[in-house]
Amino acid sequence: MPFHSLKDVSSGLQAGTFSSEEISADYLRQIEASNPELNAFITVTADAALIDARSADASRAAGTAGPLTGVPMAHKDIFCTSDVRTSCGSRMLDNFAPPYNATVVSKLAAAGMVSLGKTNMDEFAMGSSNETSFYGPVRNPWNTDCIPGGSSGGSAAAVAAGMIPAATGTDTGGSIRQPAALCGISGLKPTYGRVSRLGMVAFASSLDQGGPMARSAEDCALMLTAMAGFDPLDSTSTQRPDEDFTRNLEQPLQGLRVGVPGEYMNADLEPELASAMQQALTEYEKLGATLVDISLPHTELSVPAYYVIAPAEASTNLSRFDGVRYGHRCENPTDLHDLYTRSRDEGFGAEVKRRILVGTYALSAGYYDAYYRKAQQLRRLIQQDFIGAFEHVDVIIGPTTPHPAWKLGAKSDDPVAMYLEDLFTLSVNLAGLPGMSIPAGFSDGLPVGLQLIGNYFDEARLLNVAHRYQQVTDWHLRTPTSTGGEQ
Amino acid sequence: MSIEQAEIEKLAELARIRIAPEELAAVTSGIASILGMVDQMQSLATSDVEPMANPLDASQRLREDVVTEVDQREAFQAQAPATQDGLYLVPKVID
Repeated sequence: MPFHSLKDVSSGLQAGTFSSEEISADYLRQIEASNPELNAFITVTADAALIDARSADASRAAGTAGPLTGVPMAHKDIFCTSDVRTSCGSRMLDNFAPPYNATVVSKLAAAGMVSLGKTNMDEFAMGSSNETSFYGPVRNPWNTDCIPGGSSGGSAAAVAAGMIPAATGTDTGGSIRQPAALCGISGLKPTYGRVSRLGMVAFASSLDQGGPMARSAEDCALMLTAMAGFDPLDSTSTQRPDEDFTRNLEQPLQGLRVGVPGEYMNADLEPELASAMQQALTEYEKLGATLVDISLPHTELSVPAYYVIAPAEASTNLSRFDGVRYGHRCENPTDLHDLYTRSRDEGFGAEVKRRILVGTYALSAGYYDAYYRKAQQLRRLIQQDFIGAFEHVDVIIGPTTPHPAWKLGAKSDDPVAMYLEDLFTLSVNLAGLPGMSIPAGFSDGLPVGLQLIGNYFDEARLLNVAHRYQQVTDWHLRTPTSTGGEQ
Repeated sequence: MSIEQAEIEKLAELARIRIAPEELAAVTSGIASILGMVDQMQSLATSDVEPMANPLDASQRLREDVVTEVDQREAFQAQAPATQDGLYLVPKVID
């Protein structure tokens, strides 16, 4: 049963091969079987899911079903779900059941998708390994000694293990693309402003963006079409007409200009990963694309710029957790100061505290120009690198990460080593561009991801470029043997 | 840039974060290594570069100045650790 694509499930429902109730129950059994080992789900909402599935079946019988009606999915536990715990991977929100749905949750429910639960994640999306979750680490289905990547590691592992055909994720510095790469699935971070941030717990508001994680580019296109769109309740949502992101999937790639950044290809890549990248580029040449060497000279400085801007915004956003209005509150506070300090001490984990402190430092009087303003100036230069490149190329292709998944605990004591793993993904968020990761081979038995970066609002083309590659390769069809699939 | 333990304690106080005395040395060295990495930024002259706050250089949208929200105080306060008569309760701050 497992490892259906979203498209397969959609077709099966339309053909009447199975009902939504049947396929949802199948996936719930798969979650029950795999979750004790993988820890990909924080909350499973089986009863509510089966009610929603029956109502999807009823609307299909009534002739009002769309392509996503009755298709099971899961939400990263950063998206507010009405009356269902939304923990954001933190003890701070362990008791939080929001009074409203995130716009993304409402939109996917309106499209008929059936949510089976909430997936594990790094605490407040701060991490690249899923080890900072209050609910314990997620394990990589390809090798359970390894991390799945982060912060959307639960969503990535759940899709990779066939526990769910598709899931939502969020990406502030690579949190959709990096776990997608490390778990061998497809994931898309849209252009900043494309997907509503309302009800998505804020980490770094000028960088955060939600997107789909699934088995193929086509699945991502189907899901993004239902997720994206202008939201008057999100002040940075862009006012553009709705799009069908599947519309260009089949377009031939003849004449496509692919930019290959030297800063990515000549970095310190794992050798097998580097050769997988070369093979992928050769595949694109066979598809009719022309490779163009490009330079993104400020790539290395994206790491320091990001680790000023993201913590600065995080320290501001997370100041709302005060033990007064919602979230964790310490027992028997002696005074207001004790209430704030002890509630935050008990509620936040070590990485979140570290970033709050770094952000507080960067925004301190006397340091603002040297850190925050400087980082914003670098951000402009990083954006200009991309704008210059897109004058000559249609899409930029390189690795998503320098290495495949590492062993649990291997980088836990060295925050900077962990941060440097995000070298190829951070600049895309700083610039606000759309980026995607798709499976492109293996290194030492672990999946590696190919990153595709597009120009602003060019998601339909990115999905087309990814889809054509998936028509001539089968990396995205491989599944981990540990959960009953076959590599 | 090196950072002293005393500075970390001051930041923690500003951010209302408590650091246990036995963790202070490890927290300080973790943050010092991050700030050391961040200092790479200073290698580049940027005085003529306009800072970028938003990737689309967007400005805030305006809307009509009319009431659009309905009262949901009960739903919101149901989330709170302690309330009374529609108010949020905190330890006494004035005598």
